[in-house]
Amino acid sequence: MNIIDIRNIFKIYEIGDVKVHALNDVSLRIDKNEYVAIMGPSGSGKSTLMNLLGCLDTPTSGVYNFTGENVGEMDDNDLAEIRNREIGFIFQTFNLLARSDALHNVELPLIYAGVSASERKERARKALIDVGLEDRVYHKPNELSGGQRQRVAVARALVTRPSIILADEPTGNLDSKTGREIMALFNEIHGQGNTVIVVTHEEDIARHAMRVVRLLDGKIEIDEPVTNRIVPEPVA
Amino acid sequence: MKTIRNMAAFMFELREGLIIALKAVAANKMRSALTTVGIVIGVTAVVLMSTAIKGIDNAFEGGISSLGADVLYIAKWEWFSDKPWWEMRRRDDITMDEYRRFASLVTLPAATAPYIIARETVKYEDNNIGSALVTGTTERYLATTNFEFAQGRFFTAVESSSSRYVAVLGSTVAENLFPRGDALGKEVKIGGHRFRVVGVLEEQGSFLLGDFNPDQRLFIPIGVSFKHFSSRRHSSITITVKAASPELVDETREEALGAMRKVRGLKYDDENDFGINQQDALMETYNSTVGVIQIGGYFITGLSLFVGAIGIMNIMFVSVRERTREIGVRKAIGAKRRTILAQFLLESSVICVMGGLIGLGLAVILSLFVDQVLPTSVQLDAAILAIVISAATGVAAGVAPAYAAAKLDPVDALRYE
Ligand SMILES: Nc1ncnc2c1ncn2[C@@H]1O[C@H](COP(=O)(O)OP(=O)(O)OP(=O)(O)O)[C@@H](O)[C@H]1O
Ligand SMILES: [Mg+2]
Repeated sequence: MNIIDIRNIFKIYEIGDVKVHALNDVSLRIDKNEYVAIMGPSGSGKSTLMNLLGCLDTPTSGVYNFTGENVGEMDDNDLAEIRNREIGFIFQTFNLLARSDALHNVELPLIYAGVSASERKERARKALIDVGLEDRVYHKPNELSGGQRQRVAVARALVTRPSIILADEPTGNLDSKTGREIMALFNEIHGQGNTVIVVTHEEDIARHAMRVVRLLDGKIEIDEPVTNRIVPEPVA
Repeated sequence: MKTIRNMAAFMFELREGLIIALKAVAANKMRSALTTVGIVIGVTAVVLMSTAIKGIDNAFEGGISSLGADVLYIAKWEWFSDKPWWEMRRRDDITMDEYRRFASLVTLPAATAPYIIARETVKYEDNNIGSALVTGTTERYLATTNFEFAQGRFFTAVESSSSRYVAVLGSTVAENLFPRGDALGKEVKIGGHRFRVVGVLEEQGSFLLGDFNPDQRLFIPIGVSFKHFSSRRHSSITITVKAASPELVDETREEALGAMRKVRGLKYDDENDFGINQQDALMETYNSTVGVIQIGGYFITGLSLFVGAIGIMNIMFVSVRERTREIGVRKAIGAKRRTILAQFLLESSVICVMGGLIGLGLAVILSLFVDQVLPTSVQLDAAILAIVISAATGVAAGVAPAYAAAKLDPVDALRYE
């Protein structure tokens, strides 16, 4: 079954007289346990598409079926619940809470999932250990490097054990070694049967996926399987 | 089952929301503190006001009961009346003879007594009171009151009927003349005449009652009053009538009215040429006094709470604006509208309740000063009221900003610079 099924999606921004077609008639189906890389030049609509897939944003027109249910018919609360339970979102700009430490940032989705404080703390700590931040648990975002912040964001996305990971440029701020570690983590998550969708502009990163979707000016230009796939060493 | 689960979920959200709210307030300590000023003033005002009213109540009710709310005063004048004073002045004085006939006609009262008041200087050695209220009466007066004695006794029937020069002092009078408290048996000079002190009253009362306050008065046999202290202006006696119980006041009043009309020989269509007075007339003035304090207090309270609420609303809007990205993040990872709404409502309530607690503390301290004038203390209900009012103000002030936060679009909020 298609976990994600979007048909004839348009996202149009009107600024004054100018209409920006951020997404221009996009249709895309993604199966459970696929690993998809979305590529394209800056401004081609990658983040816009990710926001739609992540149930953060609604299209100007078109239909989005998420696990067989029409997202357009859901209310605010349903969407919040899907974002909380089904989707792990890693933003291009981290979007951590500046005043809270790493642990609290990772705990946050569990609060909204109604997980008790003690269980929350334990799971958040474990998620931070998984991304190699065991000694940065009580650091605030401004006390962390860019790569460490990215890893906190990854831990926050994974802590709820979502079935779909949406990552917008997860390695954009990382050196190649840390980048490879993050990609190894994604590979592992994918190996556990989850669906992973990664936005990137680096061919090397895209080659970790099984399928590449290339956007240009809000349209899908190419949608093809990856032939020479990179399978990273599992993280120790 | 479902309701239990909902309840648990609600408590969970409340607790988590409260923690988030406290963190947010702690992150902006100075700003939060300044914001609460209006609430602090409002709560202080409302608590102090209710404390002061409580004090007035205590004082007044103490005074009233020492005089007896069940006591009627038959006098030449109506105390509170819209009749022109010159008409009342033309009335005949009430005489002792009339009192005797009146007393023989009534059956309901527990006690009756005549009295007449004069203002005289009172002296003991170097201490003197320029204008003390000297009440000339009979021994029966005691039964119309709830007097208790600090020292000695009231004068006796013999002392009264034979017009002895004996005096009973109110507590304030005794204090002024005998700071060392050794009044009993001493001779005081009232209007130049010597009187032996036979009793001192326990403190009764109340500043509110003014001339009625027994603390400020002296009591002497009425015959002596007539002999030395009655003038043309002060020659009418007042008859005090104590009902057997508070429930019988109205019947007693009816009977007294009939008896007095009979004494005066009035025809059925003649108007009363005397007044029957009661403390509840005084109660009315009391109520209007308290009413003025209340209106003033409510006005100050309302105004400062309103100003406080506007201030908090403003700060909350600023806070929502500043934390737009935070709201976006929270929504993006699963916070629902109502969660965000609750978070900001709780935040403004926390600020307000803190202000309320500060105001309450301030009021408790200030009430120690009020206590100097009016024995009183901050009541539990006033304290609870203060907290409820401040929490309600917090919710009211937080609604608009919290709603603005709750309905933010996550993508727009995350994009906000
Ligand atoms: N809120 C908005 N208002 C107006 N235009 C917008 C808005 N959001 C996106 N756009 C426009 O939509 C287009 C697609 O933007 P998007 O952020 O999806 O690009 P992107 O592919 O993620 O680029 P990058 O690689 O730089 O992140 C851009 O031209 C952008 O200007
Ligand atoms: Mg982007």
